[in-house]
Amino acid sequence: MSKIGLLSLQLLVAVVALAVWQLLATVPVFGRLLLPPFFFSNPIDVGSQIIDWFSRGVIWKHLFITLWESILGFAIGSLGGIVVGFWFARQPLIAAVFDPYVKMANALPRVVLAPIFTLWLGLGIWSKVALGVTLVFFIVFFNVYQGVKEVSPTVLANGRMLGMSERQLMRHVYWPSALSWMFSSLHTSVGFAVVGAVVGEYLGSAAGLGYLIQQAEGVFDVAGVFAGMFVLSAFVILIDLAVTRVERRLLVWRPDPVESRG
Amino acid sequence: MQADVTAKPTAVALDEATVAFRLAGDRVYTAVEKAGLRIDHGEFVAIVGPTGCGKSTLLNVAAGLVKPASGTVKIFDAPLAGLNREAGYLFQADALFPWKTAIDNVAIGLEIKGTPRAEALERAHAWLTSVGLGAFGTRYPHMLSGGQRKRVGLAQVLIRDPRILLMDEPFGPLDAQTRQIMGNLLLDLWSADRKAVLFVTHDLEEAIALADRVVIMSAGPGARIIGDWPVPLPRPRDISEIRLERDFHALHREIWSVLKDEVMKGYAQSAAG
Repeated sequence: MSKIGLLSLQLLVAVVALAVWQLLATVPVFGRLLLPPFFFSNPIDVGSQIIDWFSRGVIWKHLFITLWESILGFAIGSLGGIVVGFWFARQPLIAAVFDPYVKMANALPRVVLAPIFTLWLGLGIWSKVALGVTLVFFIVFFNVYQGVKEVSPTVLANGRMLGMSERQLMRHVYWPSALSWMFSSLHTSVGFAVVGAVVGEYLGSAAGLGYLIQQAEGVFDVAGVFAGMFVLSAFVILIDLAVTRVERRLLVWRPDPVESRG
Repeated sequence: MQADVTAKPTAVALDEATVAFRLAGDRVYTAVEKAGLRIDHGEFVAIVGPTGCGKSTLLNVAAGLVKPASGTVKIFDAPLAGLNREAGYLFQADALFPWKTAIDNVAIGLEIKGTPRAEALERAHAWLTSVGLGAFGTRYPHMLSGGQRKRVGLAQVLIRDPRILLMDEPFGPLDAQTRQIMGNLLLDLWSADRKAVLFVTHDLEEAIALADRVVIMSAGPGARIIGDWPVPLPRPRDISEIRLERDFHALHREIWSVLKDEVMKGYAQSAAG
């Protein structure tokens, strides 16, 4: 199927879904509305709410806050994951000692940490960043750990026979291998950084997309909730596109970088 | 031609080398038992044996990747401690760095020795050209065919100019025609500056076509060296044509009569195990 044909079919799905929603929310069927406006709002209200946010410019501040929290959460979480992943992979004893605690910490649903972080770090951005970090860290950590562990023994032996020192092996063999594993999970970890930011905002904050949704919900403004959700989806899709571009650039050496996301 | 044998230094000397691996529990698997092997400087020696007989293990001993449980390993008369720094190793499996382009894969051997990058790249390009891949420098390994990857691997090893070349069934995964082309390429490169070569293969024809000497190993466990034939065929050789010659056939028949029994033993063992 041609690209344009596919795109028009994809658009058709959106148009039909919105039309059905609008219809069921405004035209009574057998004497009653199937989607009462109080619970479901309707696409036109939601759209005008979004347009209102953008035309008044109030949304930019919230978008920027959420973006900034996501970036910080991703950067700090990745850095920690890389350092600890490398450390554990190169020191099997330390990895063995900490293994049950890592599993325990990873098994914990991170949302329950949000109140603690709010308590420790306040209502500002840092409690959200911390939540993002706890989510991103484990993904990056496991991937880097695996990447270092799963270096092909032949490639490693080749590096040794070519005369590489331990440091050179680190730079030319372990590091690229670990990075490739990390990048293959880039979509997941960036996504989790956004989740951490938004969930944190939702649970207590003064700005951000999560705050916007929570505020709307607090006054039963269903149109506002849906509008926040749509802006959030668009935001995540844009970030995902950016990640795909970065990934293509960084993983040119891999046979099929797009297929191998983790 | 070899009037003065003592003048040639011995590149690799294995003496009574026994290699054992510890298996699960306290069982010990003896892969190679009391193997003795000498390779003179500039000599091309092929090791042939049934599958799983420990040919590669012996090669890894010469490389310093595996330490023998007993016996000695000498490289140019010096006992080998750690990795063999005189040797270049061409692996059977893909050993190129997948995240480096072909030219970077070749240049890395110089770069880690501290050669400036510009010079390393220039020499890497010259080596790629001499293995016939001058135009493929910017490709990543996954964009190359199996034969092209072997060529890059050969350039990667040879650019460091090792005095000993260790090859572990390097052309094993390739198709028959590519193997012959690679064999001829190897002989061309080797004849330019004769290094000591230890070439492991399970293909007796390939061994006779390439080598000065063919060494036969018995089936494992506890594989031993059971035969050592000089190959008196003239050089330069063409791999695909030399197989048609009468001397080649005679030698092949002679060695095969010994090797056949070991191959059968090897099969019987792998079937029983």
